[in-house]
Amino acid sequence: MSTKDLHHGHSEQHAGAAITDHVHYQDTEGVIRFEADHGHHDSDRNKKNFIHTYIFSTDHKMIGKQFLITGIIWAIIGGGLSNIFRMQLGFPDVPLHFIGTIFGDKWAPGGKMTPDFYNMLITMHGTILVFFVLTAGLSGTFANLLIPLQIGARDMASPVLNMLSYWFFFLAGAVMFTSFFLPSGAAGVSWVFYPPLSAIRSAAVGSETGADFWLISMALFIVSSLLGGLNYITTILNLRTKGMSMSKLPLTIWALLITAILGLLSFPVLLGAAILLIFDRSMGTSFYLDKIYISGIGAMPHEGGNPILYQHLFWFLGHPEVYIVILPAFGIVSEVLAVNSRKPIFGYRAMILSMLAIAALAFFVWAHHMFVTGLNPFVGSVFVFLTLLIAIPSAIKVFNWITTIWRANIRYTPAMMFSVGFVSLFISGGLTGIFLGNSSIDIQLHDTYFIVAHFHIVMGVAAFFGMFAGVYHWFPKMYGRFMNRTIGFIHFWVTFVGSYCIFWPMHYQGMAGVPRRYYSHGAFESFNKFGALSEFITIAAIVVFLAQLLFVFNFLYSMYRGKKVTELNPWKSNTIEWTTPIHPGHGNWDGPLPEVHRGPYDYGKDGEDFIPQTVPMRPGETTHHG
Amino acid sequence: MTEENKKQAGAQRFGLYLGLATIAMLFTALTSAYIVRMGAGNWLFVKMPFQFWISTAIIISSSITFYFAKTSHRSGNISKYRMLVWLTFILGIAFISFQYMGWLAIAKTGIYIDGNPGGSFIYVISMVHVVHVMLGLVLLSIVAIRTSIKSYNPDHIYKIGLMATYWHFVDFLWIYLFIFFQIKFF
Ligand code: HEM
Ligand SMILES: [Cu+2]
Repeated sequence: MSTKDLHHGHSEQHAGAAITDHVHYQDTEGVIRFEADHGHHDSDRNKKNFIHTYIFSTDHKMIGKQFLITGIIWAIIGGGLSNIFRMQLGFPDVPLHFIGTIFGDKWAPGGKMTPDFYNMLITMHGTILVFFVLTAGLSGTFANLLIPLQIGARDMASPVLNMLSYWFFFLAGAVMFTSFFLPSGAAGVSWVFYPPLSAIRSAAVGSETGADFWLISMALFIVSSLLGGLNYITTILNLRTKGMSMSKLPLTIWALLITAILGLLSFPVLLGAAILLIFDRSMGTSFYLDKIYISGIGAMPHEGGNPILYQHLFWFLGHPEVYIVILPAFGIVSEVLAVNSRKPIFGYRAMILSMLAIAALAFFVWAHHMFVTGLNPFVGSVFVFLTLLIAIPSAIKVFNWITTIWRANIRYTPAMMFSVGFVSLFISGGLTGIFLGNSSIDIQLHDTYFIVAHFHIVMGVAAFFGMFAGVYHWFPKMYGRFMNRTIGFIHFWVTFVGSYCIFWPMHYQGMAGVPRRYYSHGAFESFNKFGALSEFITIAAIVVFLAQLLFVFNFLYSMYRGKKVTELNPWKSNTIEWTTPIHPGHGNWDGPLPEVHRGPYDYGKDGEDFIPQTVPMRPGETTHHG
Repeated sequence: MTEENKKQAGAQRFGLYLGLATIAMLFTALTSAYIVRMGAGNWLFVKMPFQFWISTAIIISSSITFYFAKTSHRSGNISKYRMLVWLTFILGIAFISFQYMGWLAIAKTGIYIDGNPGGSFIYVISMVHVVHVMLGLVLLSIVAIRTSIKSYNPDHIYKIGLMATYWHFVDFLWIYLFIFFQIKFF
């Protein structure tokens, strides 16, 4: 059988392929139908058909790039918003006239932003970065790019569902973006969207139509995540190439698999919470609302609901969600550290088991976000115990990363720097998690800047570092060129030092009781001493933001002008994505799929620098990792 | 079937199961919220209207007709298959109609969607379920149209099998909800 047959995987004659091709795109049964054939786009046709290639592409690599670029655009928007509200916190007296120009004068009369606008900014900042950038942008990019390439598949199990996943994400973004320009503005009730504020339209400006748009956008986003996740799991479990047993999978793939499972089990719960909220807002039901009196409006007709119910549902998703954000970074960092240390990852099995343990525990700790909701103290203590258990697998991972680079002959690349930076951030932020996990300490720290510091370091910045590491490392696979090293190092150092400058001082503010989500702390005498610190944080935030523009410049510049990749395997890596051509077509491998014989981390084994996964085991050779 | 094709077929069925798992999680969330809220007291218990009993009988029979549709297709009796598959479709529509009448009947007893959460939950959960039946009907009509043609094709049996799995799942889901709605947990 010819290779064409192999990847065509269809009994039809090839002459008919070009015609059946089109039929597949119009297949309306997408939901249960999985494309049986792919890899049939010969490059001539692709060139002719711009829309197929760049817009409605079903090639996983192109979809990955779409997720990445959309994610970058959202990151600029979401990050930019944070700079605007940091101005309010650091330099409240500096007029910002551009707000009026962009969003309308009523949001910033005389250049001074209103509290409603501030609320809108923090809500959109959180939503955009958690969901659009660090969930879709991170998982979407690397799951799409790496899964088929690293397991040896022609494409995803269902390229069509995969494309739909992107377009639902795109739509979710379009709805969210539009909401900025509604007369009542975008949602302004914080990313966690707690009722009653979110459930009663008349509660605040940010609870009006913008909140409806937020809910619609999130529903679309959930559909996107579910379609994506379903596809990732199916692909990993069913389409691995010959020899690629689960115990030979790169850790990137394990991480993406566990991420997708978490998403599949938790996003539907958020959807359930959102459905009930939509009914409360629009149909007058009382799922989350009890008797409420709003000054100036009067008593609301609701009765018998419970706002805490929402918090339970939200955090049942919310806690797994934070691991959905960080697990792909775990995978990327593990891979990049091993490749650039020229050493096997320390404790391959332990790495997988600890990810599984973290994922399993993620479903039993949600109430640690609710210690001050009047939770029964006994229940609270159970959640304290379960929460602190997470420290064990987390510590195992940190230990293994450090051991991997210990005494290694490290190759310094921007990707490597960001991976090491990731480990640092994960330690710093994870430690504060242990403080917060103790309910007795959390009562003091809850809803202060300490929380902001904790989750930005451990999740926000760390996940971004994972993403940067991944982009620098796999850019050659995506575009056939390298990103500029020097700009990469500048980007790393400014971001690394700058991020600590932003978030480290927040711990002190939080311990002193400075509450988060406040438009101004000026009314509190005791917080005045933090004025200069706030200014410092704001300046650091602006500098870090500017450094990201350097990254964007590097990304775009290198796409067209970067140093060309001239060898198949520029990083001397073991994984099989580097056995594809420098510019792989749809179908990835020109010949038959590669066969795998060994694990992905045979670096420095028996005196050899590296042994790719496609190299057969030698007689008498034993497996490296245990 | 080639090796890669077989892998793909297995992947489709597996993907469907994952999809069903997400639907199951959605209803797990909604029914857990129901239990938690019931535990908080001040709960209005809704007696199931007789229309819901009828719709339950209808959706069970639709699963039976689809089962026989599948077996007749397998044994090559396409005309019988065609009759049964469209019968299933009609039963699906009848189910939705009786659900709708059930909602009207509950409203007649003075329990509206915006009253005590005990009533609101019944409306909302059963509506979310009906949305999944509607999705099933859309898929079912597509499968029915595509597979009603005479020529035998092993791919058809496979597709009908996937469809059957989904259909039995929403059927089972309703039976679960219907029993669930009649339990006093506290
Ligand atoms: C050792 C592990 C960790 C422990 C024990 C821990 C514990 C906690 C606790 C108890 C809270 C609630 C604090 C409060 O609101 O009063 C919290 C908040 C948070 N944590 Fe962690 N955490 C850990 C690691 C992580 C990781 C790895 C991530 C993300 C990748 C993360 C993301 C978050 C986020 C996003 C919030 C705040 C959400 C919000 O209120 O807006 N945490 N953490
Ligand atoms: Cu948590």
